[in-house]
Amino acid sequence: MRAVSLVPLPVVLPLLGAGVALALGRWDRAQRAVSLVVLMATVAIAAVLLVNADADGPLVVWIGGWPEPLGISLVADRLSALMLLVSATVTLAVLVYSLGQGVADGTRNTPVSIYHPTYLVLSAGVANAFLAGDLFNLFVGFEVLLAASYVLMTLTGTSERIRAGTTYVVVSLLSSLLFLVAIALVYAATGTVNLAQLSGRLADLPDGVSLVLQLLLLTVFSIKAAVFPLSAWLPDSYPTAPAPVTAVFAGLLTKVGVYAIIRTQTLLFPDSPLTDLLMWAALLTMIVGILGAVAQSEIKRMLSFTLVSHIGYMVFGVALATAAGLAGAIFYVVHHITIQTTLFLVAGLVERRGGSTSLSRLGGLARASPILGVLFFVPAMNLGGIPPFSGFLGKVGLLQAGVGSGLPLAYVLVAGGVVTSLLTLYAVAKAWNLAFWRAAPAEILEPASAVDAREAVRARGAGGTPRNPASDQPAPSPPVALPAAMVAPTAGLVVAGVALSVVAGPLFAVADRAAADLLERSPYVESVLPRGAP
Amino acid sequence: MTANLTLVLTASALVAAGVYLLLERSLTRVLIGIILISNGVNVAFLVTGGRAGGAPIVGVTEPARMSDPLPQAMVLTAIVITLGLTAFLLAMAYRSWQLTGHDDVQDDVEDAAIRRLAESDAGSSSYDDTDDDASPPEARP
Repeated sequence: MRAVSLVPLPVVLPLLGAGVALALGRWDRAQRAVSLVVLMATVAIAAVLLVNADADGPLVVWIGGWPEPLGISLVADRLSALMLLVSATVTLAVLVYSLGQGVADGTRNTPVSIYHPTYLVLSAGVANAFLAGDLFNLFVGFEVLLAASYVLMTLTGTSERIRAGTTYVVVSLLSSLLFLVAIALVYAATGTVNLAQLSGRLADLPDGVSLVLQLLLLTVFSIKAAVFPLSAWLPDSYPTAPAPVTAVFAGLLTKVGVYAIIRTQTLLFPDSPLTDLLMWAALLTMIVGILGAVAQSEIKRMLSFTLVSHIGYMVFGVALATAAGLAGAIFYVVHHITIQTTLFLVAGLVERRGGSTSLSRLGGLARASPILGVLFFVPAMNLGGIPPFSGFLGKVGLLQAGVGSGLPLAYVLVAGGVVTSLLTLYAVAKAWNLAFWRAAPAEILEPASAVDAREAVRARGAGGTPRNPASDQPAPSPPVALPAAMVAPTAGLVVAGVALSVVAGPLFAVADRAAADLLERSPYVESVLPRGAP
Repeated sequence: MTANLTLVLTASALVAAGVYLLLERSLTRVLIGIILISNGVNVAFLVTGGRAGGAPIVGVTEPARMSDPLPQAMVLTAIVITLGLTAFLLAMAYRSWQLTGHDDVQDDVEDAAIRRLAESDAGSSSYDDTDDDASPPEARP
């Protein structure tokens, strides 16, 4: 069997699995087994695709065997396959975590019968977006993953989640409609939506028309990727979802937007007149995002702001439009998917152990649960860019690329990147000091006395207006000991994050080759349309 | 390519009305706004197909007189997606009404808390007494 026939599987398998899981809604165990097997298979397939795409160039499948420019194409080149592998791995780890959580909680609070199918649909949508070879299929991929994310975001339908979900759904719907307008205009101007064909035809358009198309697509993807000033929806909506859901959203959804920016900017608009605009957007995303993070007193919201802020690094790499810049951006995407997901999973553990994610309520966690301390500290330092972690390597790669380009604006961004990195370190160190190092409130040290703790927290919370998502619910969950089934996948991701710095050499080499492909464009175009663009 | 002016005007009217409704607070109105905009976008999509023609079936219409089937196929997909998401938003508006008695889009709770912090200037002092901010701002000196 040739590897090329594996290309549709990362989309098809999770969709099939979602159907089977839905049919098995009454049987928890069977449902869990289906989700696990499907996602493990996806990881394996993604690994095979990456090895093949790296060795033999892009793998292309025309769905349904239609003649070449007519049908729908799925393309796995180095960038797609790498993103696919990382996203599938993270999805699998988060699934294992949520299984651990479900087992620990019993299935009272989580409507498992819809959680698993929706989760698999989300993973299919992400894979479809990475593999899409035309703009409309990219749109469909986005819609599939967004529709699944709406359901996951508002799971159990508490008033807090409905409130946050409203903003999220309306903003996402609006960006999707804008995407449709962009596709309509692209089709009207060029008569095709196939990316490989567009790369040739857009160059023949008048400058003004192509600028409008580029701006529209950039706006759409910037909303999805949460680039300032289109990022305000993210810190508002992400923190309220269940911990595993927030983790997978933070890791994947914005990165699909970043992927779309990378793909369209390099393939469709190679001589972009908008590099300066992108640089400013990157700078403001970094600075405004991290200032938001510094101001937060709640771990999940602080992490959401660092998520927004670090998107700026990737946009910076894309804006440079040099091989070094793109390679840095690709490496940073891989690093950031892993680390941000890990940190949100750890935040879920903190919420479980400490009964809250508010820094004013937590304390002494390092003594109460040393393993939790390690699990938070390592990825937090990684995010802050402490050597020898991958966060440091990724930032150095990007800053080098910035200096190498020699533009005055790039130097401003290099300075902004360093400041952002320091402020990130400040924000996570603050969280560490307050939640882990200072003297502990009584209830955290003794998880056994759960009832007392609940009373104590309720007494403290009384009299105040609701000020965080946890306190809006009847009572904050009492602190409990951590189940091993949740700690293990988190630890696995922490180790994976550290391993990223061990394999940084080969990974950067793959990123370099992927970036070279992107800039050259011909490997992609020629493998999609071997007989030339009609 | 020739564009159909009636379709363009219809699309812009729909989108304009939709944007107006989108700026309302009530989720139901926002929902109607989104439906109007998406219909407007779908109509605009039809414009991109160029001149209207016969059914694009080989043997029924000459190829030169066919209308472009691709935008129609895309619009169909978009309509189906909008239908599903409209149903979801409607369910959310209903749930919001169930929980709160109205379906207004609410302010972010944490934003409000930070705004209170800034007003009382407690945000600048040490975080050791952040417990205080649970009490109403007017209670502080």
